[in-house]
Amino acid sequence: MATTQRPETTERTELPIARRPRPHIIAHAVERERTGFTSWFTTTDHKKIGILYLYTVLVFFVLGGVEALLMRIQLGAPDNTFVSPETYNQLFTMHGTTMIFLVIVPVWAGFANYLLPLMIGARDVAFPRLNAWSYWMFLFGGLALYGSFFFSPPEAGWFSYVPLSAKEYTPSNGQEAWIYMVHLTGLASIIGAINFIATIHNMRAPGMGWGRMPLFVWTILIYAYLIILALTSLAATVTMLLLDRNFGTEFFDPSEGGSALLWQHLFWFFGHPEVYILVLPAFGVFSEILPVFARKPIFGYKAIAAATAGIAFLGMLVWAHHMFATPMSTVVLAFFMLSSFLIAVPTGVKIFNWVATLWRGTIEWRVPLLFCVGGIATFLMGGITGIFLAVFPVDWQLHDTYFVVAHFHYTAFGASAFAMVAALYYWFPKMTGRLMSENVGKVSFVLFFVGFHLTFLIQHSAGLDGMPRRIYEYAEEDWTIMNLISTIGAFMLALSVLLTVINVVRSLKRGAIAGPDPWKGNTLEWFTPSPPPENNFDLVPRVRSVEPMKDIRRQIERQTGVPQRFEAGKPMVRA
Amino acid sequence: MPKKAPFMRGLILALAVLAAAPAAALAGPIFPETDGSPNADGIRTLYLLIFILAWIVFLGVAGALVWALVKYRARKGAVAAQIHGNTRLEIGWTVGAFLILIFITAFTFITLPEIKNPSASDIDENGNPVASAAVYASTDQPDPPEGSASLNIRVNGQQYVWRYRYPGEERLLTYTDMVVPVGMTVTLDVTADDVVHSWWIPKLGGKMDAVPGYTNKTWFKIPEDAIPEGEDRVVYDGQCAELCGRNHANMYARVIGMRFDDYQAWYEQTVRDVETAREEAAQTREDIEGTTGEQPATGEQP
Repeated sequence: MATTQRPETTERTELPIARRPRPHIIAHAVERERTGFTSWFTTTDHKKIGILYLYTVLVFFVLGGVEALLMRIQLGAPDNTFVSPETYNQLFTMHGTTMIFLVIVPVWAGFANYLLPLMIGARDVAFPRLNAWSYWMFLFGGLALYGSFFFSPPEAGWFSYVPLSAKEYTPSNGQEAWIYMVHLTGLASIIGAINFIATIHNMRAPGMGWGRMPLFVWTILIYAYLIILALTSLAATVTMLLLDRNFGTEFFDPSEGGSALLWQHLFWFFGHPEVYILVLPAFGVFSEILPVFARKPIFGYKAIAAATAGIAFLGMLVWAHHMFATPMSTVVLAFFMLSSFLIAVPTGVKIFNWVATLWRGTIEWRVPLLFCVGGIATFLMGGITGIFLAVFPVDWQLHDTYFVVAHFHYTAFGASAFAMVAALYYWFPKMTGRLMSENVGKVSFVLFFVGFHLTFLIQHSAGLDGMPRRIYEYAEEDWTIMNLISTIGAFMLALSVLLTVINVVRSLKRGAIAGPDPWKGNTLEWFTPSPPPENNFDLVPRVRSVEPMKDIRRQIERQTGVPQRFEAGKPMVRA
Repeated sequence: MPKKAPFMRGLILALAVLAAAPAAALAGPIFPETDGSPNADGIRTLYLLIFILAWIVFLGVAGALVWALVKYRARKGAVAAQIHGNTRLEIGWTVGAFLILIFITAFTFITLPEIKNPSASDIDENGNPVASAAVYASTDQPDPPEGSASLNIRVNGQQYVWRYRYPGEERLLTYTDMVVPVGMTVTLDVTADDVVHSWWIPKLGGKMDAVPGYTNKTWFKIPEDAIPEGEDRVVYDGQCAELCGRNHANMYARVIGMRFDDYQAWYEQTVRDVETAREEAAQTREDIEGTTGEQPATGEQP
């Protein structure tokens, strides 16, 4: 339906944000919503694209997880011959690449696709066709990488340090597959980021100023800016590698005037902002879910939003802390130590604010909340071990050992994977109209939490005891028991993921009907039916605070006299 | 609250015990490896400080998290306090976090010279004990203090072996096993021929990457009393710490500390062995050439 433009449109910028007209999608004809199998290939609906992302990510997550399990089997016993050294190198390369490029970055693209327009009261993203194109680029990137499984997978690590990744030392064309994957998924992410930025800047509901935007949207905005800064740089970097390998450019060959360290600087200039691309949306998920289940407003909204921007800015300045053992002068080492320290401050601020959000609330121990709290506790440990690694003399001992493996799993897995599952349980009813089973969810949480810590806590000790990363076998007796514990934990984690997948499949058909707002949420997505219709909103409500749904419930209560608020200690929804 | 007192007392006691526990017993699972070289010990000291602070912060924050989760779990009739924030609190924990980090920074730079700068040898170039000299400090790795003897070895990483070149006329090369005198400061120039490797003997201090085209520096000094009673050597194990290809896991390194006299005997013996081997090889070649009377047709110039 065509919406009439109000006369103020011409002096848009002079109006206060609350009264500014928003660009609307103007429909020229009304068509029936497309359904059926083919609609998934032709869709430009942000919700369907979001779901496509999430299913694809699930497949890659399982593949990456199986690769991890194969590595854990290999390391479960000393001098194991389960896989060959060549296969082992291929496994950790594929595992790292998959989890970073094909799971955590796109999982946030998936959730953001689905939720962002709903949260800001828009009917779709700014460029729906471009959005569909992003998804297909991402899928083809993943297929390009996994296609190499039938020939020769890459084996120089997800970081592909030169000269090892040069043609002379890694002649297999799996390395090229890796480069194409980075290009295709990078392009997908960059285009997607432009789309998110345009949507957030221009298409917010009337009254939703920057100070009333949901925190998840804040983190997606910053995530999108970081993607544009970091992934463009990576695209240039891997192009240089492609040229070096195939066209004799010698950017990275020291014997021809190139520099092996140049790759490391360029790669980590992407690589560290990438870490925040992975975790900032996870922080957004924590910031959305905690207040809903604590029945309290988020504590320090402005501080959390500002900390997000602060982390992103500082995150661009810390890359060389991945390179403390390379030849660098003390001044450089000191700078990167201090910048890495600084980043701990806004990160700490976020954690303190989350704890304060729970404080004096009435906390519902539901599965999404449990995954959030588990994630925060885990991330807290990862943040603290990060301080050890930021001190460069200490890093000289810990660098490239299992201590580092433990550290980044505590941060990346602790924040992102916990948040991923929390987001799944929290928004599943919105996406499907049905709730997931609470009981299976709780068992899955316990296995997830215990399995994770069983796998990775002991790896700190293995690292301190001198076990380097990326070794396919070891003979040291001390490491045997540590690695065995780790392997057992990994299988526990896998069992938990399996339970959650079963829960998803079962709940799609048999889950309890959720209704539009099962959790009594705060943000606008809960204003729509579950699942939302193709146009999302027939009417976009005016936003008057950070928690528009609370305002709406209060208004209904006033007008009808029927209590809308949630009462502590009573079951929220029948699960 | 009086209820908390035993907990706090217990915590302080636990930390004190942890701090005082013989580090050697906990090295490995809890602390980095030590007792092979002063720089490794310096890293341990720094690690220990962060370790204690980390536990205080972790217990504080995780404790608050768990406490809130249990104490404020939804009960019938409970009403959540509708608090939106507290600016003083925000400023408070921001400043608090800063102060901890400034403290760690200061401590790092106080400890750094001990870790980074080679200390003076305990013996001179003839193996005689010397009075300990003052430690010399500067920004980048300087030479050992002036007038102090030291041994400089060029460490070169190749797929998948470490090669060591000793100084002196003989230009002695050895592989995998590096033999050094105890009490002598050993400075290392770390290089690589093919891909990136990383030199690391955990007990002898931090690792240094061997990057083709660059020379990286590190050092160590094995204490004179490191050799157990009744034995003639002390052995420290390590292995390459940067992915260098398929057999990265098998690129081992060993540093063997010997008393100065034993070291000299080893050095001379090894030089002689190499010389003998070289002569034998030349002899063999001569024999072959002598019998055939000409160069092997396909062979390259020896």
